[in-house]
Amino acid sequence: MSNTSIQSKPDNVPKHKINWGRLEEAERFSEMVKLFRQGKINRDDFRRFRLQHGAYGSRMTDDYSMIRLKLPAGEVYSEQLEKIADLSEQFSIGSAHVSTRQNFQLHWVALEDVSEVLRGLAESGMTTREACGNSVRSIMCSPLAGVCPDEVFDPTPYAVGATKFLLRNPLCQALPRKFKINFTCCEKHGMARMVDIGLIPQQGEVNGKPQRGFKVFLGGGLGAQSFVGHQLEPFTSEDEVLYTIVSVIRIFDRLGNRENMARARMRYLVNEMGWEKFQNLVLKERAMIKMLLSVIIKLEVDKTVESMRKISISSEIPSVPQGYARWVKSNTFKQKQPGFSCVFLTLESGDVTSNQLRAIADIAREFTADGQIRNGFTQDMVFRWVRDEDLPRVYSKLLEVGLANPGALTMASVVGCSGTTSCNLALTNSHRLAKEVQRKFIELKIDEDDDLRNSTIKISGCPNSCGQHEIATIGFYGGGGRLGKDMYPLYSMSLGGRADETTTLGHSCTKVPAKRVIPTILKIVEIFKSDKKSGETLDLWVKRVIEGNGGPTIKSLDDIKELLKPVVIAPTKDQDEDFYADYGSDGSYHTKTGRGECAA
Amino acid sequence: MCGLSKEKTTRVTVDADKLRSEIRDKSVKVLDIRKEDDYKQGHIPGAINLPLASLLADDSPDKVLQYAQSFGIGDETPVVVYDDTFGALASRVAWTLEYIGHEDVSLLDVTYGTWKKLGLETSSEIPSTVKTNHSLKLQPQILATSDYLVPAKEKGAILVDNRERLNYLEQHIPGAINIPYRMLASGQNILRPKEDLRRLIQNRNIAPDSEIITYCGSVGTLSGLGYYALKSLGMDNVKLYVRSFKEWKSLEKPIEKQNDANYWDLSAE
Ligand code: HEM
Ligand code: SF4
Repeated sequence: MSNTSIQSKPDNVPKHKINWGRLEEAERFSEMVKLFRQGKINRDDFRRFRLQHGAYGSRMTDDYSMIRLKLPAGEVYSEQLEKIADLSEQFSIGSAHVSTRQNFQLHWVALEDVSEVLRGLAESGMTTREACGNSVRSIMCSPLAGVCPDEVFDPTPYAVGATKFLLRNPLCQALPRKFKINFTCCEKHGMARMVDIGLIPQQGEVNGKPQRGFKVFLGGGLGAQSFVGHQLEPFTSEDEVLYTIVSVIRIFDRLGNRENMARARMRYLVNEMGWEKFQNLVLKERAMIKMLLSVIIKLEVDKTVESMRKISISSEIPSVPQGYARWVKSNTFKQKQPGFSCVFLTLESGDVTSNQLRAIADIAREFTADGQIRNGFTQDMVFRWVRDEDLPRVYSKLLEVGLANPGALTMASVVGCSGTTSCNLALTNSHRLAKEVQRKFIELKIDEDDDLRNSTIKISGCPNSCGQHEIATIGFYGGGGRLGKDMYPLYSMSLGGRADETTTLGHSCTKVPAKRVIPTILKIVEIFKSDKKSGETLDLWVKRVIEGNGGPTIKSLDDIKELLKPVVIAPTKDQDEDFYADYGSDGSYHTKTGRGECAA
Repeated sequence: MCGLSKEKTTRVTVDADKLRSEIRDKSVKVLDIRKEDDYKQGHIPGAINLPLASLLADDSPDKVLQYAQSFGIGDETPVVVYDDTFGALASRVAWTLEYIGHEDVSLLDVTYGTWKKLGLETSSEIPSTVKTNHSLKLQPQILATSDYLVPAKEKGAILVDNRERLNYLEQHIPGAINIPYRMLASGQNILRPKEDLRRLIQNRNIAPDSEIITYCGSVGTLSGLGYYALKSLGMDNVKLYVRSFKEWKSLEKPIEKQNDANYWDLSAE
């Protein structure tokens, strides 16, 4: 029997150009789940397969998956957002999560339904392939690429080209460990030094002719032990970029530590071998590949200039809604193209409901000249190419769906990894804590304080750094504390991390009970205010203290630690029972972890 | 397939065009399950209002029989039911009619909201009805009670929880599997096309001849939709635990939970 159907209205909105998905992979996944359930393939083989296709196990159970999409360069189109909204409502929890690596994640999907989600994604040109597991993860690109005033050229086509070459490439199907590549627009916006390969656009010269190229950084990365990347050479021309990437991956594939998962990331190889030796190896490998390969391999870079849509601007002047000025200041960014702005959405720990996704899709259709959305680096989403005169209207639309919170580009926007909401290794509910801190700080209008604008707060639920706490001005990772026989959730706090051209990992300062994190941050702000030089921002003040140039009163992190002592002291359970329960739980705190799959 | 002839006599869903032509020939009774106020503002022409709350106030077979008779529904009258709530309320009413022995009852495959979006005709006229006779032939094989669940499960019946994922994770009847009602719909249709639904069931390794019992949070609406989704695949051995989880909890029966995870904190609601 035929079903009643509504014809979808035609529109002139740009649709996805590249189909990253493969329907066969969805079908194969469904077959594999059946075989696994029938005991015909063993758990480890199945796990490897599952991870290769973007599905993690969930906290304390393999019967549910966290599905991670692979969105190269974080690009996503309205129709794709609507598909994600539907899939989340049908098979997940009705909310999706935007990750720190520009992807969407769908939590608590029944293993039996993963294939349906993959099918739906493939129908809209999306994939989860090599989003997890020991593969080249989604290649990131600054959400400001193409519009950043400080960039030399738009790196997006290079990130997309590199994905085209590497995705499903036999070269990277069984690496010793995951492998991350980031492109950024400029020194400030992105994380070129905190990944396996980071690339920043640069103009150079080859044989006297001007040529595009990159600064290439190798061997950085966050984790239980973090390292800052090293620059390979002064200038890597665009013709050499793919050779360079392939050389690095081949060396890692050959020499990476396959015995000890905890030491398997390339940064450990670089560290153990020493940078100069590694650097030589890469340069030699590259020369050899160039000599031996009979075909020239080059990034397929689509340099056609996008023609921007004319978007209708209605002539009526909108009434400016309450809160608009505050929002414009903290959530928009002026593009290098005059008259256009980027709009950043403040999500809570990256979570967004299906209905909000649909609203975001509509707003992109109506107000962005490029008709797309990009996910950012801080669990956020970005509209680009919005006309300045349309900003009040965009704000009103966002207000209607609860997405007009201010603070996106300020310290009030907090990153929190999944923590105990879904991750097997979590010790604390970092996800909820990040939401609590953000709500409080927006309420306190922290986003309006220019001294705090450039600073960041990031929270991980264990030392593994998924919440990137080590590059935060104020970073936390979860653990357990104990008073007598009673356990309570306790974070380790580090200060002074940054991810720009002076990339530094945070310095450990003190331990902070979960329920004291908010007062602790407020106390730090208070100390900073009384100690800062005029015009100095929080992140620069912390930097100065760490570099030993502190004063007048605060000379070192120990001085801060001393002043925080009364804030972080643990009461007894009789005095304060709530102190002993983590956010989101009423019961007493206990730590419980399962097998982590980051290494699988 | 033996299912085919059966599908002809009891169609699970009816599409809008078919219903319109049946309304024109006056060969069908249409029931609107929305609230009275909504109904009064406009409904499918000829539809009779039976708000779910009225039915639930007393859904004893005698009372349901009285409703059917007063609406002019005879033993052979085709009935089509619709609502504006995913088809879940309509399902509950359709199931209730089925339970008293009315065979020819179907769901409109779209909600009233979609019907209007399609620009199809509506009316605010309240139809007159002529009382008729209907026999009472209870169908206990489509009803599950709390006492029935555990022994049935032990004999291999599959218990299906049609609530949303987070509610299920938080608490459910031990051993139940979760098929959230949202999974059953597609686009504007209250049920997915059969081949889609069949795949979802096959992915879960559920054999077509399994005994299945559906339940949901309180009164058997979402699980009513679950019931009809399975029926649409020609699965015959399906029962509705109509008093659902609300009763189960009030009886203080055992409850299972996904422990040690704060999944609620992932919701942006
Ligand atoms: C030893 C194990 C693990 C390590 C070393 C690790 C490392 C990392 C790192 C460094 C990031 C930050 C992104 C980046 O800078 O590249 C990240 C992101 C992430 N990881 Fe892990 N990870 C591990 C295990 C897990 C597990 C078990 C899960 C849960 C299934 C998980 C979920 C995530 C999520 C969700 C993100 C994105 C952050 C967010 O937005 O929520 N990771 N991981
Ligand atoms: S940092 Fe720890 S708790 Fe957070 S997602 Fe990573 S492994 Fe899980």
